Amino acid sequence: MRYLQDLPDADVPQSPEQPRYHTGKLPNSKAGDGKPRLMLMGQRRSGKSSISSVVFHKLPPSETLYLETTTRIKKQSMHSFMDFQVWDFPGHLDYFDPQFDVDNIFSEIGALIWVIDAQDEYLEAIGKLNETILNLQNTFPDINIEVFVHKVDGLSEDYKSDTFQDIIQRVQDELSDQGYENAPVSFYQTSIYDHSIFEAFSKVIQKLIPQLPTLESLLNSLCSNCRIEKAYLFDVLSKIYIATDTSPTDIGSYEICSDYIDVVVDVAEIYGWPDRPAQDEEAEGQQQEAGNNNAESLITMERKGNNYLYMREINQYLALICLMGDDSPADKKALIDYNVGVFEEAMAQVFPR
Amino acid sequence: MSSSTPAKRQKQRKVLLMGKSGAGKSSMRSIVFSNYVAKDVRRLGATIDVEHSNIKFMGNLMLNLWDCGGQDGFVENYLTNQRTHVFGSVAVLIFVFDIESREFQADVISYSNIIRALTECSPTAKVFILIHKMDLVQLRLRSQLFEERAEYIRASSEGFRDSVDFFPTSIWDQSLYKAWTQIIYFLIPNAQKIESALKDLADVIDARELVLYERTTCLMVTHVTRGAELSNPYTDRFERISSILKTHKQSMAKHTSLPPNAANFAELHIKTGRFMFFITRLTENTNLAVDIPPSEQVFNAARMNIMLARPKFAELDIASKAKAGTQGVGGEDSGDRDGVAA
Repeated sequence: MRYLQDLPDADVPQSPEQPRYHTGKLPNSKAGDGKPRLMLMGQRRSGKSSISSVVFHKLPPSETLYLETTTRIKKQSMHSFMDFQVWDFPGHLDYFDPQFDVDNIFSEIGALIWVIDAQDEYLEAIGKLNETILNLQNTFPDINIEVFVHKVDGLSEDYKSDTFQDIIQRVQDELSDQGYENAPVSFYQTSIYDHSIFEAFSKVIQKLIPQLPTLESLLNSLCSNCRIEKAYLFDVLSKIYIATDTSPTDIGSYEICSDYIDVVVDVAEIYGWPDRPAQDEEAEGQQQEAGNNNAESLITMERKGNNYLYMREINQYLALICLMGDDSPADKKALIDYNVGVFEEAMAQVFPR
Repeated sequence: MSSSTPAKRQKQRKVLLMGKSGAGKSSMRSIVFSNYVAKDVRRLGATIDVEHSNIKFMGNLMLNLWDCGGQDGFVENYLTNQRTHVFGSVAVLIFVFDIESREFQADVISYSNIIRALTECSPTAKVFILIHKMDLVQLRLRSQLFEERAEYIRASSEGFRDSVDFFPTSIWDQSLYKAWTQIIYFLIPNAQKIESALKDLADVIDARELVLYERTTCLMVTHVTRGAELSNPYTDRFERISSILKTHKQSMAKHTSLPPNAANFAELHIKTGRFMFFITRLTENTNLAVDIPPSEQVFNAARMNIMLARPKFAELDIASKAKAGTQGVGGEDSGDRDGVAA
């Protein structure tokens, strides 16, 4: 195994220029305070508030039935590895009504998420979406448009992909009819009853992270040196992954990693209760010696005796989760620990705070 | 190994699972014993007559679980033609009430018929009542409604009036594990011996807490808590860990495409600045969860000592050998600790 430190290009990007955004576009942040906005828009009852409650407030999906209709714009600030705002729009509004301050709403936007209910008639929603895109492309052409084809859990496998294709086709046809080719629109199939909504959000957020290429190359070299099959950098609170190595992703590996975070977080809550009585002071002293403040965790499989899942807390918000390859031997843990330690140092340079 | 000793006989305990049709008996059984998740139980159909299952628990304890279909016709049959066959030599009767049932009175009448048959055929049996589907009741009304129902049912429990135990349960949270943990604890013949051996082990490795889990069901067998951990505010932590482990097992099985009963981890470590925690195999059928102070030395010594204690606990599985095993664990391990510390 090689150590990461030997890799000259695993550090900061070499060019002195500002790192380029993944999309090649800068979110048009007026204040430049690095607080991109995510706008949740779409027809009423398409599931916007449910999405934001499930993803950002950990509401159990079954409870979303009882959510009230949103009547005004709900702004929520998320504080994590990067700060961003989530704006939940009521469905019945006409966003380009002159009485709205359009400039104010859209000027600092990071991504516009348009939610379409796949189980409902979606022609009207597509019409409104296109209207919005066309309106925006004059003033704010750099906005990422993300379309969530939502509530796909209720559709059969065939019908689901047909609907999805149909929606993509219609949106693109209508846009090119209006003379707007290659619009920056991405499509996702989502449902709050499985992991797909988190996966989709992950991809939306990744486009807003300027350091993404650096993170990816760091993860790539970690993977190849430690025989890791797949590595994710997770935001522990929201369970959104902000980067992964560039090997092909499948939803299965995301699911197992996300479930694994649940296990670690739950156990840590049970036994990490904060106000231990004073008699434990001595033990706390020992811990300072060990110098192991970042949580780590490992699962070894029974059958083959190899490592399976590895987790290490990188900083307050982020954790590295690795699915180990089949040939990763259980006794090389010390080396993996060392390499991850180096990765952690590199991360500290990428995210200085 | 002492495999030839006559002491290794299987101790069969007959457990009846009864209640009205649709109360949730088979759902419960599938989740606890057959690696179903709560969502999967929608696939289950009505139970026809009695479904038997044998579940091996802690070596010498064999649960002989009778899941009795609850439709009136079947119940009639149990009470008449099959009376001695069904109600003879019962160790535990688990009766499930549906909290949402529209005919609570009728349920109780059916319950007292069964109690009468039980008094007649196995008067020494223990009765557990599970008041099920509690998730359907609004949170603030739950405990009150539960108490009311429990009192009413107790009043018609005749000979078992003083010994019957009540649990509110739901398959959607850990309350199911809480109830079943109590039931299993009642059935384990040498629980005290296991407990005292665990206590010795905990002293030796300086653990804050040791929790012994059955491997396939993830139900807690017993636990030892020491020192400051006694004031841990999460009093439901044992059920919660059962439920966490069970969920994780499902997700591992799904990802590795192994059958759910084979997707076991050999070891799970969690190390943080506040505590260290690991789960490892103790005996053939049990996993041991260990919570220790955050220190690498303690962690490594604990792992080593548990490895050395394994054969002793394996013997403890055999009831009559328990005594020798208990002493062995304490003696040998303190020796080891000295060795490690030196």
